[in-house]
Amino acid sequence: MKIDALAYQQKVRHIGKTLRYSLYVISHPLDGFWDLKHEKRGSVAAANIIIGMALLTNVLKLQFTSFIFMKVIWEYVNILKLILGFLAPIIIGCVANWGLTTLFNGKGTMKQIYMAIGYALTPYVIIQFPMIFISNLMTIEEGAFYYYINDFSIIWCGVLIMSAMMMIHDYSLSKAFVTMFATIVGMMLIIFVLLLFLSLVTDAAAYFISLYKEISFRFY
Amino acid sequence: MKEFHSFNRRFVLRTKSPDFERSMVITMNRKRIRKVVIFFTVLLLFPTVTVQAERTVYTYTYDYWGIERESPDAYQAVSTITGEEFGIGDFKDPQGLFVRENRIYVCDTANNRIVILERNGNDITLIDEFSEFTGDTSINTLNEPHDIYTTENGDMYISDTGNQRVLHLNSQYELIKTMVRPVDETIDQASDFLPMKLVADRAGRVFVLVKNYNKGYLQYDNDGNFIGYIGANEVKFNMVDYIWKMLSTKEQRAQMEQFVPTEYNNIALDQDGFIYATTSVFNENELINDKAKPIRKLNSMGTDILIKNGEYPPIGDIWWGNAAGVTGPSKFIDVTALDNDTYYAIDKTRGRIFGYDYQGNLLYGFGSLGNKQGYFQFPTALEHMGTDLLVLDSKNSGITFFTLTQYGDLINKALDEYKRGNYDISAQYWEKVLMQNGNYDLAYIGIGRSLLRKQRYKEAMEYFKIALDDDNYSKAFRLYRKEWIEENIAWIFAGFFLIIIAPLAIGKIKKIKKEVDEA
Repeated sequence: MKIDALAYQQKVRHIGKTLRYSLYVISHPLDGFWDLKHEKRGSVAAANIIIGMALLTNVLKLQFTSFIFMKVIWEYVNILKLILGFLAPIIIGCVANWGLTTLFNGKGTMKQIYMAIGYALTPYVIIQFPMIFISNLMTIEEGAFYYYINDFSIIWCGVLIMSAMMMIHDYSLSKAFVTMFATIVGMMLIIFVLLLFLSLVTDAAAYFISLYKEISFRFY
Repeated sequence: MKEFHSFNRRFVLRTKSPDFERSMVITMNRKRIRKVVIFFTVLLLFPTVTVQAERTVYTYTYDYWGIERESPDAYQAVSTITGEEFGIGDFKDPQGLFVRENRIYVCDTANNRIVILERNGNDITLIDEFSEFTGDTSINTLNEPHDIYTTENGDMYISDTGNQRVLHLNSQYELIKTMVRPVDETIDQASDFLPMKLVADRAGRVFVLVKNYNKGYLQYDNDGNFIGYIGANEVKFNMVDYIWKMLSTKEQRAQMEQFVPTEYNNIALDQDGFIYATTSVFNENELINDKAKPIRKLNSMGTDILIKNGEYPPIGDIWWGNAAGVTGPSKFIDVTALDNDTYYAIDKTRGRIFGYDYQGNLLYGFGSLGNKQGYFQFPTALEHMGTDLLVLDSKNSGITFFTLTQYGDLINKALDEYKRGNYDISAQYWEKVLMQNGNYDLAYIGIGRSLLRKQRYKEAMEYFKIALDDDNYSKAFRLYRKEWIEENIAWIFAGFFLIIIAPLAIGKIKKIKKEVDEA
């Protein structure tokens, strides 16, 4: 029992440490992502937490941002769609990136890619989350700050993802750019295949359902 | 029995054989009643079912999102008059209508005459009808008059389209002058000169809209001399079109639409002498970004000075479907500006009248195509008498009178009081409007503005937030924020001290203590 508690304590401490490491990563991207991979200073749990926080930020933004900056037609909001719209690109992006980099000499594993994307989302959380509350103290004339700061967080995330590509897969900058572009194409391909598959399955299911109906009407 | 399966069929059959139907109703009654009760219970439970099927409201507005919101009727059709009522035979394809005080002038185009009516209360009497005039000219009869304008002293300007001239008569039908095709290098002398619509200003200048002329309105001075154009449209140039033209062959180029300025289709004067113009020649994609400008207010230089502070430009319908074979955007064919600077424009696509306030906010849209009173078949002219609206329909040859309902009257009063600077009284009217229509954004903004002036910023913010008016909200919020900071400046400093200064001070004290201890 005591050992379990100790192990648990250690685990929490490890997550805390790796979570704190994200602050180092965003300020020293190249070094940070290198150590993330080679020194094992990051953890999947921390990446999960950051992605969860980013998702939470996205949801809270809708409700609590000042209406000056974010006007929402609540009838059209579907929270599941919102969550899926955030998580699906991350997951598909991981898969596409892993698939491509495996073919093109990438050194990263799926776990490392996922971790890197998670850590790269840190600026999104630490900037946009406070901005939700700060937006309520702003008028429309001061809105430029709101938009600049939000855009800045996105650009920062982009820079982090680029450095992550370089460090995780041991790529040069130009190769990382090409890989990013190819990843986006790959994501589209995956979505296309998924949709195709989905529609085929629906058609097939509809066929069997209609077959069942036809038979049941005959004998009923 | 199978024929009666559907609930709706009953009505169809009833028109065919009433006796048969009556007997069927008796036998079927109980079942039917139960069905009807269930039907209406379901309707009550799911009120959206009917709304989605068809637009059943007569009057509506658009909210911030451009979503159609039902509104109580602001104008009500009170009566429709035809020529037959006055024993002068029905109007035939009437095109022009003009109102001066309580006189109504109708251009009965296909009958080649002009009918003058007078309205006192709800009584309308025939004053005169005429198709001839005296004067020194070769043709002393009217031929397809399309529009008429009368001045305060009774002088009449008539666009005698069939005779290719504009007439200026006095009230005794004596010719004062005629205005014909100007001899000018910009005008093709071989083509027909077809004056359609006209107005005259207080100085006796006449503005004439001529068919197939696209340089704006022709302007004649007091003596009937052509003095130039007004309101000419800048020729639109489009880079994409230019590139296409470069790439295409000569034949293809000939088939393309040419760069032509838009042509107006009607003209009206407001009380200050500004020209309100409408056009229905535009690219429908340019409506929403306000490049098409279907309604314009021209100053004496011919530039558009219409104020557009609404969420959407004054273009009539914002979304258009293709229900019942009616497609495309609203196409205004006439406009009239009331004395309180609200203006109304009538759309021939769906037979709707749209009212806008002087800031360009949509007040309401109402009307539709149809055969009932208050519905139109082919409206051609819109005029106002006080706050009443008159619509001339060329197909059913009638003039429909609309009067303000209590709701419309409240809106008008609120706008009037606001314009006069009585913001509090205006807000009281807006509150009454809100009681009848909780979807009315203008009312929330109106109340908010009044609260803002009373320095009740917090409440004003709430009202602006409901209407999603971020500009006014920001105004109120800035003042509220300032007030809040001024009130709580002591606390802010205290908090600042606690958070930043105190830890520093404590650290310093500890350091000193340590030094003392070590010493």
